[in-house]
Amino acid sequence: MRIVVLTKPVPDPAAGQERLTAEGRVDRAGSPAVVNGNDEYALEAALKLVEASPDGGEVTLLAMAPSNAPETLRKALAMGAHRGVLVTDPALEGSDTLSTARVLAAALREMEYDLVLAGADTSDGGGGVVAAGIAAILGLPYLSYAARIEPAEGRVRVRRLSATGFDVIEAPMPALVVATQGARSKEITTRALSDLDVDGATPGGAAATAKVTGSRKPEQRGATKVVRVPAPEAAKAVVDFLAQRRII
Amino acid sequence: MAGALWVVGEATSEGLARVSTEVATLARGLGEASKRDVVGVVAAADPSTAAEELARYIPRVLAIAAPEAADRSAAPAIAGRLAALVEREAPGHLLIGATPDGRDLTGFLSALLGWGVLVNAGSVEWTDGRPAVEQSVFGGKLLTTSTFTDDHGIITVRPNSTTAEPASSPGKVEPVDVAPSVELPAVTLVEHVDESSGTVPIEEARVIVAGGRGVGGPDGFSVVEELAAALGGSVGATRAAVDAGWIPFAQQIGQTGKIVKPDLYLALGISGAIQHKVGMQTAGTIVAVNRDPDAPIGEFADLFVVGDLFEIAPAIAAELRSRSG
Repeated sequence: MRIVVLTKPVPDPAAGQERLTAEGRVDRAGSPAVVNGNDEYALEAALKLVEASPDGGEVTLLAMAPSNAPETLRKALAMGAHRGVLVTDPALEGSDTLSTARVLAAALREMEYDLVLAGADTSDGGGGVVAAGIAAILGLPYLSYAARIEPAEGRVRVRRLSATGFDVIEAPMPALVVATQGARSKEITTRALSDLDVDGATPGGAAATAKVTGSRKPEQRGATKVVRVPAPEAAKAVVDFLAQRRII
Repeated sequence: MAGALWVVGEATSEGLARVSTEVATLARGLGEASKRDVVGVVAAADPSTAAEELARYIPRVLAIAAPEAADRSAAPAIAGRLAALVEREAPGHLLIGATPDGRDLTGFLSALLGWGVLVNAGSVEWTDGRPAVEQSVFGGKLLTTSTFTDDHGIITVRPNSTTAEPASSPGKVEPVDVAPSVELPAVTLVEHVDESSGTVPIEEARVIVAGGRGVGGPDGFSVVEELAAALGGSVGATRAAVDAGWIPFAQQIGQTGKIVKPDLYLALGISGAIQHKVGMQTAGTIVAVNRDPDAPIGEFADLFVVGDLFEIAPAIAAELRSRSG
């Protein structure tokens, strides 16, 4: 079982230093980076699948990120991935979701795998649209929001979470699976943009299909009202508060 | 019809996803501001119910029958036909609800059409001949406004961003025939399992009562559920509670779960760590109950009750019941 896990270094939300550059892009140098939380789910799921596979296998990380990303990827390798591929190039800076899908698809075309695993979305962009784009470009079966992943006899069966329960869906491998929950050293090679055959428009900020035109801080919440009284009075205070705000 | 604004409606087993009615309402406003046509489109094995529902909000709705969607995963089954219709009818922009199916579909359409995407819109206005999309980024710390650099694009709209309002007069549904522009690989639907307890999915809920580590165990969630029922809301949870196996992942709110925007978020035994805060801090009103007076949630809640949730939550439920008589 050969699995590629799409992995994105993102500004560490816990550090609280995320900001935009003057061009309105995420300032990737201005904040400590971590592996995107949902990608860790995908990595855990991949490691479990390889562990359970009778003929073993290999987990490869694939990331498109600035050249300082190996530090972040090493943490993901330390979790048990076997190797990493980093697509890095100054010309990729400012790439939008469509360019990102095209570049990652081009990188995947050069790799061999039974499954590609991705996280549901990233904590910085949060769009959750890149993985489906890659599947469309490569013509891979796409199985998303997978809470359980079961490969068998050349096919993969997934329990896809829905708003009201789950669907069991199935397709032949190779396939792209978006993992939600998982269970729980090595080499990084780097690829420049010119090493890849990217179709469609050139990636990078100059070719971006959207741009940030402004930003503002959200309205501050009012001061916190603190209640510290016995339960019956506290309950009355809560219900009065909700009534005053016309929630009930 | 060039330059029209299209609302891509999401068909569910019950009819039309609620977020699609919100997106339709938002698009109607944009249509007035931009003087562009607003058109709905629904693709499904049987699109009629969802299309009729969408037509209560939009003057014209195109219904694409996609028989192959009956036993397949939805987004890859319908994306090819939708892309072909977009190529034939040449709308300007697509607006889609930011649900799991909506995001999947957006990713497919973006790649098939070569169109850019602006994700998770909280509001959209028409400015200088283009949609200006406001998005909450970095877990709600900043609001950005973005536009597309050309005349096309796909916008995903976060649930609960707008209050849905039907149009003054209902629109018309037009069945359309269109062959897929590409055949995406089939993903077979083997089984559909409905586990819902009859409550609204947390992304769409107006009231959420959520439990964290302080709830203490799976039994503790009965207190959370009781209060949610008393408020007519849905149950949410932190990653800690989900990882501990107390409650399913579908209820997880935060950085690795759902981002929610209810009118009321009532947090029980939740400390308010940043990973959870980013999933709920844009809620209209935040009420927290926590034993620890120094819990971080006390810094951004509107009302912070210091005390034992196992005493206070049932007392709130009882008080609500007594007032509703």
